[in-house]
Amino acid sequence: MDLFLGIDVGSVSTNLVLIDDRGDLYLNPLYLRTQGQPVAAIKKGLRMLQEILAPQDRICGVGTTGSARSLAGVLVGADIVKNEITAHAVSALREVPDVRTILEIGGQDSKIIILRDGVVVDFAMNTVCAAGTGSFLDQQAFRLNLSIEEFGRIALEADNPVRIAGRCTVFAESDMIHKQQMGHSLPNIVAGLCEALVRNYLNNVGKGKEIHSPVVFQGGVAASAGIRVAFQKALNMDILVPKHFNVMGAYGAALLSRDWITERGAETRFRGFEVVSCDFRPRSFICKGCPNACEVVEIRQDGAVLARWGDRCGRWGVADEKVEDAALSCSHPLR
Amino acid sequence: MKLTYPHMGNLYIVVRALLTSLGLDLVLPPPTSRRTAELGVRYSPEFACFPFKLNLGNYLEAEELGADTILMAGGVGPCRFGYYAQVQREILRDLGVDMEMVVLEPPDVGYRELTDKVRYLVGDCSWWRVVKSIRFAWQKALALDNVERELLYLRPRVLEPNSLEKRYRTAVEEIDAAPDSRAISRAVQEFFKTSRRMPQRQGRFLRVGLVGEIFTVLEPFANYDLERRLGRLGVQVERSIWLSAWINDHLFGGLLRVKGGLKHADRLASPYLNSFVGGHGRETVGGAVACALQDCDGVIQVAPLTCMPEIVAHSVLPSVSRDYGIPTLTLYLDEQSGEAGIQTRLEAFVDLMAARRRKGKGGMLDGSFSGY
Repeated sequence: MDLFLGIDVGSVSTNLVLIDDRGDLYLNPLYLRTQGQPVAAIKKGLRMLQEILAPQDRICGVGTTGSARSLAGVLVGADIVKNEITAHAVSALREVPDVRTILEIGGQDSKIIILRDGVVVDFAMNTVCAAGTGSFLDQQAFRLNLSIEEFGRIALEADNPVRIAGRCTVFAESDMIHKQQMGHSLPNIVAGLCEALVRNYLNNVGKGKEIHSPVVFQGGVAASAGIRVAFQKALNMDILVPKHFNVMGAYGAALLSRDWITERGAETRFRGFEVVSCDFRPRSFICKGCPNACEVVEIRQDGAVLARWGDRCGRWGVADEKVEDAALSCSHPLR
Repeated sequence: MKLTYPHMGNLYIVVRALLTSLGLDLVLPPPTSRRTAELGVRYSPEFACFPFKLNLGNYLEAEELGADTILMAGGVGPCRFGYYAQVQREILRDLGVDMEMVVLEPPDVGYRELTDKVRYLVGDCSWWRVVKSIRFAWQKALALDNVERELLYLRPRVLEPNSLEKRYRTAVEEIDAAPDSRAISRAVQEFFKTSRRMPQRQGRFLRVGLVGEIFTVLEPFANYDLERRLGRLGVQVERSIWLSAWINDHLFGGLLRVKGGLKHADRLASPYLNSFVGGHGRETVGGAVACALQDCDGVIQVAPLTCMPEIVAHSVLPSVSRDYGIPTLTLYLDEQSGEAGIQTRLEAFVDLMAARRRKGKGGMLDGSFSGY
């Protein structure tokens, strides 16, 4: 079977999605923890895929996204390297073709994407705050000794959610602990926290944007029933959560790679599953060539330089123009 | 007297040409770098804007190289820039850094104070020589803007942006070193000749207007090399603020006819923003309208975090965006800005513009760039 692979390497999770040439999901998506080690997570994901795939399955295109998209792109030899916003919009459009608003909350970043007639017309990402929502919920669930699913569900039992100061997660946490010490019930506190985070998101990320339905809510946090209900209450609208809400970035990357390859009948640049056994070493150094003092990042595969970026003057790129060109051209917007 | 002054993009070349031809002794701060920012941030108030912090870093680095006098511009109006020099002077004094500060206030309220300051700096130099030096520096400003405009045009087009940038830097160095106007135009011609011959892609490219506060627009360190990032994403940047236009508006009282003058932007801004809100707030709005009229695909506004004039402009931009159907993106920058976040926003904005272009306005992009 001809397959297209999408890889989303984020701060919390690394996801891999395989689709067929019709764009339908093939096999179950892989959802792994990044644990601060993107290279290890990518290798692990590929190794797992390699084990599941049948001999006649062929990877015909690869797309990467997420905060480690360039790194992942160089490692696996991606055909297309895309930012998270575009990748999320593409997959949401596939699931809900008339979507007009996408709420996306992941581990570290939260975003809002506004679409009209199937085209992204506006977007915003968290700036000063409203960040780290996923990681924060994770941490609070751990502190209360609940699983993240239980944590979301418990909010639904609230009869009178507590008002929690939600300017940022640090304030929210101290205010929340304060409310606990005062003796409020757990469901009311958790529901209050969900409402505070949603308020904060709508004020700081969605500020001033016209939110029209259909609204799609995706990203890891969409798993939390409490947050879903808080959104429904705050917006007074139905909130759609796609089936594979937590791997929509990877799904979008896979769809983009399929379109890229099929539209131009190109060969994939996928470097094959052999890369799992290669030794990748990233390192960085401050270039002393001129007073600009750029921080150059370098990735070596088994000792040989695979890619370098970060220099302003092109000195390190010129040393190996082809490699750098590859790294740069994959982040081209029209790819 | 060893004179120094803060960096703002290529401004140092223009000022150096002016001051050295007046026979002054200069010590230039090293290019603004991470170290500059660290020094400046350490001794600045937390909520001072980014330009303030970088200026201060520049002084401290220049002092290490032996500078003892700072030449700084003043300002009027609601923008904090007007009291930068005063606050910076106090900070330096508190640090025990012994530097004198000469503040050139803009001649809006009369030329007397300015001429006195200039007289103090140049000693018994004749006014004729001062005028000649200004003319020479002005030629360099124009030359720099010319090569930079060409760089912005060619960057998305050439197949090897690295060597284009190298050529650009050579041209800038040559203009900097040029002893007379013949040498200046030779450097410009040479850059035009060699860069246009470089292998290029054909087709139509996305064009984005860059508006905002002047320092963050002109200083690549402050805007995280925004123009370079955009160029490499295949976008031609149309900048609204140019050094020569700024010099003309602020020092020559807008007497000369220069492309991209700010007066024009003021007129365009008037349906949206009629009053002077300080800094370049009004010009930002006008610049966005100008970009829309020139059929740009989008507008990017850059400003230092907490910049009041730009916040006013930011709140007006949605109406411009709605009336002209042009998307806008605002980036607030300071030493805390994350490079990855900026890159992601830029890539997404470029995707957004490309999608709009494909969908309606102007049809497909052609050339080697078409489509996903």
